[in-house]
Amino acid sequence: MAHINLPEGLPGIRGPMAFRPETTKPLNELAEVLLRSENSLSRGDRELIATYISYLNDCFFCQNAHGGIAQHYLECDMSFIDDVKHDKDNAKISPKLKALLTIAASVQRGGKHVTTEQVAKAKLLGATDLEIHDTVLIAAAFCMFNRYVDGLNTWAPQDRMFYINRAKDRAEEGYANYDPHH
Amino acid sequence: MAHIKVEEGVPGIRSLVLFRPETGKHLYELAQVLLRDASPLTAAERELIATHVSARNHCIFCMSSHAAAARELFEEKREVVDCVIENKDTALLSDKMKALLTIAGKVQQSGKLVTDEDIAEARKHGAEDRDIHDTVLIAAAFSMFNRYVDGLASLTPTDPKEYEPMGKRLATLGYVLPQQQKTNGTH
Repeated sequence: MAHINLPEGLPGIRGPMAFRPETTKPLNELAEVLLRSENSLSRGDRELIATYISYLNDCFFCQNAHGGIAQHYLECDMSFIDDVKHDKDNAKISPKLKALLTIAASVQRGGKHVTTEQVAKAKLLGATDLEIHDTVLIAAAFCMFNRYVDGLNTWAPQDRMFYINRAKDRAEEGYANYDPHH
Repeated sequence: MAHIKVEEGVPGIRSLVLFRPETGKHLYELAQVLLRDASPLTAAERELIATHVSARNHCIFCMSSHAAAARELFEEKREVVDCVIENKDTALLSDKMKALLTIAGKVQQSGKLVTDEDIAEARKHGAEDRDIHDTVLIAAAFSMFNRYVDGLASLTPTDPKEYEPMGKRLATLGYVLPQQQKTNGTH
């Protein structure tokens, strides 16, 4: 049971978002810019960073919700998403994305873990300052979202198909202005 | 030096939101709503939670600037801020705030560490749903802000005096998105 009285039946972050719409607005607008707006990093790659961080933080709801959306954008199956989570260095993703995921993983442990060498490697593989900025902020933001979801002990459906089945609708709905009761 | 090309001489998160105002404006709006809008917790108490989490994350910029804001807001009780940073027990802290700071400290490590007992302890001392919600989200948000500021190695002033005007500004004006300087003025 959640630590506070949340509207019933809403999975994961939707409960606290319905509880407090005033903070929900900037949280969702931030997610919209970071994950969906025009960017040289694809929506699929950005959702993959969000999924990877949520996996490292062991947040079941976020890693499955965003893993499902990543899978939808990347037109892959969940075993590909699982490969990235478990062994990104041997997964079938670009060297640049691997370098960005390495930076993201350092951010997850603590901002000071990001090294000049990690950043230099990403730049050498073609990452721009904006891409490095957005990678760090996506990783940092999911360290927030994961803690918000788990710190209030919210409810999450345990069947992974739940997230896969709704991924297409969630991707189309986007993050800004969505109805958490939906 | 920062990991990306930001405006020189601008400290901490201010340099980052000037680099990317599209995300910056939502980050500042979040801080304003969380730390200043109506809440059962005072602005001073909320700045104290932000300071506590930033200290535990060893983020010197966030800890120093929010500690400075908290000192301004606590006025004659400002000593409480240093007690929290140094983990010293103090009568200036209510039992409710002690319980909420414990919850914030758990969230800083991982949301999963918050137990039913932690919540029951806070409720015993008068905390209601909104106190608990705001505590968890402030702690979670500073787990983000701290990583953003340090993950890009933004400029961190080392002289404590430099944070005093920041604290005064945050205490009086709140969270206002910095604007790009057209001239070579001061920030």
